[in-house]
Amino acid sequence: MSAAPFSDEELTRLRADFPILARTVRGGHPLVYLDSGATSHKPRQVLDAERGFYERTNAAVHRGAHQLSEEGTDAYESARDTIARFVGARADEVVFTRNATEAINLVAYAFTNGTHGGGGGHGDRFTLGPGDEVLVTEMEHHANLIPWQEACRRTGATLRWVPVTPDGRLDLTDLDTLLTERTKVFAFTHVSNVLGTLNPVRALTERAHAVGALVVLDACQSVPHLPVDVDDLGVDFLAFSGHKMFGPLGIGVLWARPALLDEMPVFLTGGSMIETVTMEGSTYAPAPQKFEAGVPVAAQAVGLAAACDYVSALGLDRVHAHEQALTRRLLEGLAQRPWVRVLGPDDLRERGGAVAFVVDGVHAHDVGQVLDDSGVAVRVGHHCAWPLHRALKAQASTRASFAAYSTPAEVDALLAALDRVPAMFGLEVAV
Amino acid sequence: MDLYQELILEHSKRPVNAGLRDPFDAEVHHVNPTCGDEVTLRVHVSGTGGDAVVDDISYDAMGCSISVASASILAEEVTGGSVAHARETVEAMRSMLTSKGEDPGDEEQIGDGVALSGVARYPARVKCALLSWMAFTDALHQAEGAQA
Repeated sequence: MSAAPFSDEELTRLRADFPILARTVRGGHPLVYLDSGATSHKPRQVLDAERGFYERTNAAVHRGAHQLSEEGTDAYESARDTIARFVGARADEVVFTRNATEAINLVAYAFTNGTHGGGGGHGDRFTLGPGDEVLVTEMEHHANLIPWQEACRRTGATLRWVPVTPDGRLDLTDLDTLLTERTKVFAFTHVSNVLGTLNPVRALTERAHAVGALVVLDACQSVPHLPVDVDDLGVDFLAFSGHKMFGPLGIGVLWARPALLDEMPVFLTGGSMIETVTMEGSTYAPAPQKFEAGVPVAAQAVGLAAACDYVSALGLDRVHAHEQALTRRLLEGLAQRPWVRVLGPDDLRERGGAVAFVVDGVHAHDVGQVLDDSGVAVRVGHHCAWPLHRALKAQASTRASFAAYSTPAEVDALLAALDRVPAMFGLEVAV
Repeated sequence: MDLYQELILEHSKRPVNAGLRDPFDAEVHHVNPTCGDEVTLRVHVSGTGGDAVVDDISYDAMGCSISVASASILAEEVTGGSVAHARETVEAMRSMLTSKGEDPGDEEQIGDGVALSGVARYPARVKCALLSWMAFTDALHQAEGAQA
């Protein structure tokens, strides 16, 4: 039997863990938070874990030999283990960064450094030059596009991209001419942050590996919402952020195959990441330490581990089923409003818990403002995916996105608030 | 909601003097990167120094009702007046929009611009309202550079 959405009773209990959900906004409206794709809220369990670290074990980890330093280091490394297991990985395959953007930049800069013979890497896998290609998609968040634009600019490699279809899927018609022996990296998103489109990761990864390309997966919108296992996906690199999955701000995660981490040149340099240092030059610690320059984000890691435990206790299969039910409810509601154009696939099996839409004749900013006036928080604009919006011929869109704590009543509140839009902006609509 | 006064919606639906026209002395393109609002704006100035007059402001504004209405109000209030008056009007608009609601706006100076006073209480929208005014300032500067 497939997993069930959360019941009303379960939702009430779950929501009580998130203090912010009890607040009101804009003159007393209960907060209807449908922007979890941008950042999720944090349960007390995560806040307590982070506070607990600062209150009892705060220390600069991996330095010093006093008791607090030992305990802090232990807390940090056991958090790494919990977070690694959450995506089916081993602790030494996980690198902590400040956010997912930095995780992707770490990989992109490894190629730049490798090209110039720096960063302590070895082998020739992390090199790019004229004639080499990096393949991305038109669907990418800017965080998985601009680092590759810049890496190509620095190395002379060529950036290519997989286009999107009008209904917001990857257009794989010409994949064989885009993904070739010249392709060194194929970087793409697991789930579109705008459309919720779920991409066929395994199939794309097999195609990439067949031509010898490395696969970098942006998993920011999948790891919080559906079961993700790195071995099952088969990718080479996977990046996600803590704050979108009930964890703290200020921590991102890069997972990579151990052999790749070993070969890969470093990005940020400084304290913590060294083996030996002389005035002439330095050697670097084994991964993951060599990628974690500076005092590590220990409290954030402890908070994120607590978030992983929290989500595991809920069950990712149930979280996914719950968000799918909410997505279906919203898509059905929007389908009854012909003045709303939904972007992205209409097949629920190919989508995650984000729904972007356009009200033709009313800019997304104005739609969002009317929703906000009713206490409904959504994202408006291009959601850091400007090329995708251009491809879909939308200047901007309004996006509702869900988390485990989102409720059917909140979907209804969004639809009710949306119904204020046509009259307010003088749209002629058949009701 | 006090943000969307009738006057704003009227300006956004039927923007005054919209479209790009010749002749012009400078053309600029400004964007609001948070939401993708864009404006292309041309300025035509005649005379110099104290006698300089804004003969025409023509524009193509794509964006939310606030940004389009604001471009329309700019064209309405500033076209045909002196460059000195235009600068004072820009400053008065900027002051009102960035005042967080403290400055209600001087109707003598900014005319229909006072209808945008509600924007000042929504920090995320201030950029939308300022976009065409900043573009105009930029274009004016370029036009004067071209004349010199």
